[in-house]
Amino acid sequence: MSSPVLEVRSLTKHFPVRGRLFGGPATSVKAVDGVDLTIGAGETLGLIGESGCGKTTTSKLILRQETPTSGTIRFEGRDIASLQGADLMAYRRAVQVVFQDPFSSLSPRMRVRDIVAEPLEIHTDLPREGVDERVREVLALVGLPPDVAPLFPHEFSGGQRQRIAIARALATHTRLIVLDEPVSALDVSVRAQIINQLEGLQRSLGVSYLFIGHDLATVAHISQRIAVMYLGKIVETAESDALCAQPMHPYTKALFAAALPSHPDEQPHERAITGEVPSALALPSGCRFHPRCPSAMPVCSQVEPVLRRRDNGGEVACHLYE
Amino acid sequence: MVLQVAGLQTYFFTFGGARVVKAVDDVSFTLREGETLGLVGESGSGKTTTCLSIVGLLPGAGRIVGGRVLFEGEDLTRKSQRELRRIRGRRIAVILQDPMASLNPLFTIFRQVAEPAFFHQHLRGRSLRDRVQGLLRAVRIPSPEWRMREYPHQMSGGMRQRIVGAIALAGGPKLVIADEPTTNLDVTIQAQYLDLLKDIQRETGVALIFVTHNLGIVAKMCDRVAVMYAGKIVEQAPVRQLFDAPKHPYTRALLGSMPKLGNKEPLYSIRGQPPNPADLPGGCAFHPRCPEVMSRCMTEEPPEFRPGDGSVARCWLLNDVLSRS
Amino acid sequence: MATVPADTRFPTRRSATGRVRAMVKATREAPLIAVVILGGLILAALLADVLAPYDPTLPVKGAEMFVPPFWMEGGSLATPLGTDFQGRDILSRLLYGARVSLLVGLMGTLVAGGIGTALGILAGYVGGWVDQVIMRVTDAWLALPAIVFAIFLAAMVGPSMWNIIVILGAVYWTRYARVIRGEVLTLRERDFVKLAEIAGASRLRVIRKHILPNVMNTATVLASLTVGVVIIAEASLSFLGVGVPPPQPAWGLMLSEARPTLMAGQWWLTVFPGACILLIVLATQLFGDWLRVRLDPQLRNL
Repeated sequence: MSSPVLEVRSLTKHFPVRGRLFGGPATSVKAVDGVDLTIGAGETLGLIGESGCGKTTTSKLILRQETPTSGTIRFEGRDIASLQGADLMAYRRAVQVVFQDPFSSLSPRMRVRDIVAEPLEIHTDLPREGVDERVREVLALVGLPPDVAPLFPHEFSGGQRQRIAIARALATHTRLIVLDEPVSALDVSVRAQIINQLEGLQRSLGVSYLFIGHDLATVAHISQRIAVMYLGKIVETAESDALCAQPMHPYTKALFAAALPSHPDEQPHERAITGEVPSALALPSGCRFHPRCPSAMPVCSQVEPVLRRRDNGGEVACHLYE
Repeated sequence: MVLQVAGLQTYFFTFGGARVVKAVDDVSFTLREGETLGLVGESGSGKTTTCLSIVGLLPGAGRIVGGRVLFEGEDLTRKSQRELRRIRGRRIAVILQDPMASLNPLFTIFRQVAEPAFFHQHLRGRSLRDRVQGLLRAVRIPSPEWRMREYPHQMSGGMRQRIVGAIALAGGPKLVIADEPTTNLDVTIQAQYLDLLKDIQRETGVALIFVTHNLGIVAKMCDRVAVMYAGKIVEQAPVRQLFDAPKHPYTRALLGSMPKLGNKEPLYSIRGQPPNPADLPGGCAFHPRCPEVMSRCMTEEPPEFRPGDGSVARCWLLNDVLSRS
Repeated sequence: MATVPADTRFPTRRSATGRVRAMVKATREAPLIAVVILGGLILAALLADVLAPYDPTLPVKGAEMFVPPFWMEGGSLATPLGTDFQGRDILSRLLYGARVSLLVGLMGTLVAGGIGTALGILAGYVGGWVDQVIMRVTDAWLALPAIVFAIFLAAMVGPSMWNIIVILGAVYWTRYARVIRGEVLTLRERDFVKLAEIAGASRLRVIRKHILPNVMNTATVLASLTVGVVIIAEASLSFLGVGVPPPQPAWGLMLSEARPTLMAGQWWLTVFPGACILLIVLATQLFGDWLRVRLDPQLRNL
């Protein structure tokens, strides 16, 4: 792989939780605990996991909305934690985000033109005509005609608003877009439009995506590689096709078993796993998944498995494979 | 036959009657004991309004203006709110999307699960406690004896939704209407919950209407499917027929736009967005988005056609092949 | 209907006629009484020079003191609402008085709104110790009784129209600060604000482009409801003699001057200025209430 656009190593974020009033230790919520990720140029990395897995915190750390407790995030080779001033602005120019809710992503009192132009106005010195030109360009890229520019967000549907949000994210020739469940709040018939649009934009612009989602099928479709997270750790990464053909980690298998069929005759091979995600304040010992794991062995409750490379190019953190 | 809905029409009257929104327009379907009907549609399709019409819980501006809803032979549209209150919770139960909206944060789990059994079946004391524990066990809540003393906020989302299920079952209903109950749940929790519903249905023979926009849930749970668009059922069929041989272009488009695991082909996308029920296009409401639209579609609403394999669809494309039903 | 549109149905900008039509429709829904009263008073204030038959500060030539309104015995149409203890025409004084009330009311509200909104935004958005300091100051300020404080300040700096405006602004900003801060706290968590921050927008930019426009609704409604309060405050100050100094007519001052005559039977010296104060406050409150309902975000089609 040519030098990666984003490289995350041992990323950790602990949120301190004050101890109880009358004694008791102060603990912390280990929201993200030693995460490694890599995203190449023009590539999509899918990040999948259920509530409490840490994918939202990971995206916040990448966007520098939070500072890591430890670990590094390198964007195009540079450690983002040390960026300041003009360098930081350059980072913000190159890395953008699209959120889940199209109804609160756009400033209600700003016109579409101003919304999309904002990154340009912040980062470039382009004159007004230059900005207008680029806004038109970018609106066309997401399939919106230029005459929507003077309108306000409330006149658009959810799907169209997401497109405006994507247009804004692309305005400054962004190189990495974090997409946080971008289609989950949209109507089903509109989701495919947006997914296709995103895939098309990646092919033509070479922009990288970090696609965070909970629907396996959608994530597998748009991503070249997928990372599965559970309780703050990455339990498996693999090429999208390889993961779908042969998931290795028991949690990944559970996600597949829980995935909805695409035909009534297609029944899952295994029954869904029982139990729920434990509280992040009371992490299980050893492997965090062991209380729910159908293949748990004695070592699993004692030693935490490490992410190890497999022959097929993926990585798994599981004692079954050591 | 547990439920027979015939020609249901529910309209919303706003601005002092000046504006009429045809939220549900001529909807008909039937449901047998132990059967699961999937009611599929996107926002504005009328699926939730249909359910509210069945149980008589329409908001102020809505009124059933036509059709009948026969529940075990009785016409619910002709009943007073008082009579409906006796039916709701006892013979028909409703499960909604947000469990926190269905659960009262101030009352214990016991109190809330016991309520239908208390009022409708007049259970008291020991038998009431046993019933509640039995119900909680049926929805697979571990350690029900002390769980029932807890409050909703002490439970996770998945558990809450199961408790809502327990409340729904407490009255011993013949029909359960579930309106997108798993939308806010994690994937594995959703799978557990759906398996649970299926098991309960097998044991109690309850009829289930499952409202959803997710065809995956339909594939997993439903025996028959009704696809709604702009207040009408555009296709109704046994589930296998729907997936193998969809008749209506909207159904085909929905099926085509589902990403399938392991398949990287570009998704089939329908242009446009679901219509505003207050401002429907003329003719067939789907025509502005239809890839196979004909000139007839723009002016005339298609009637129901029955191609003979058990499915019904409202589409002019079927007219050339068959005569009217 | 012609051919199917090429792609989706996009919203388009309303034509000019469409927009005018929308504006006309909006005006039709406005509260009639409030608008009529306010409109009338604003006109009176603006055109006082033209409308007033006499100079309000000088006695009317040839008229006596305490002439009653024209429909009473002894009244005359030359001084339709009567004259006061100096023989000055009441009607003219009312018309010019409208200027003071409106001017001080509006400007005072603007000053209060400006200070309060600015501090509210600072407290809400910047947070931290800035928030703490501003909120404690607000609390302290609120603990002082408004009118007393205003009197104190007026006595200190000396009365003049602009002094009064600034004083009233300085007294009434606190209600703004509180409310605006609350709104900003919610706004700060909205996606579009976070997105602007992630995009690299400076704090000033976020405030200018995202926070301020979205608090304007609340600020406007607050303003329309504060105007009445400020007008009454001004009237009170004038009544107590520390308001706009004579001979400039002010309704409150007229009330104060009329005090000794109330029992003597010259009711028109009290009733007319009092009625004017009542009308203007009623009108602004009605209007503000209508605005609040109109601009309520829950009713807005966001």
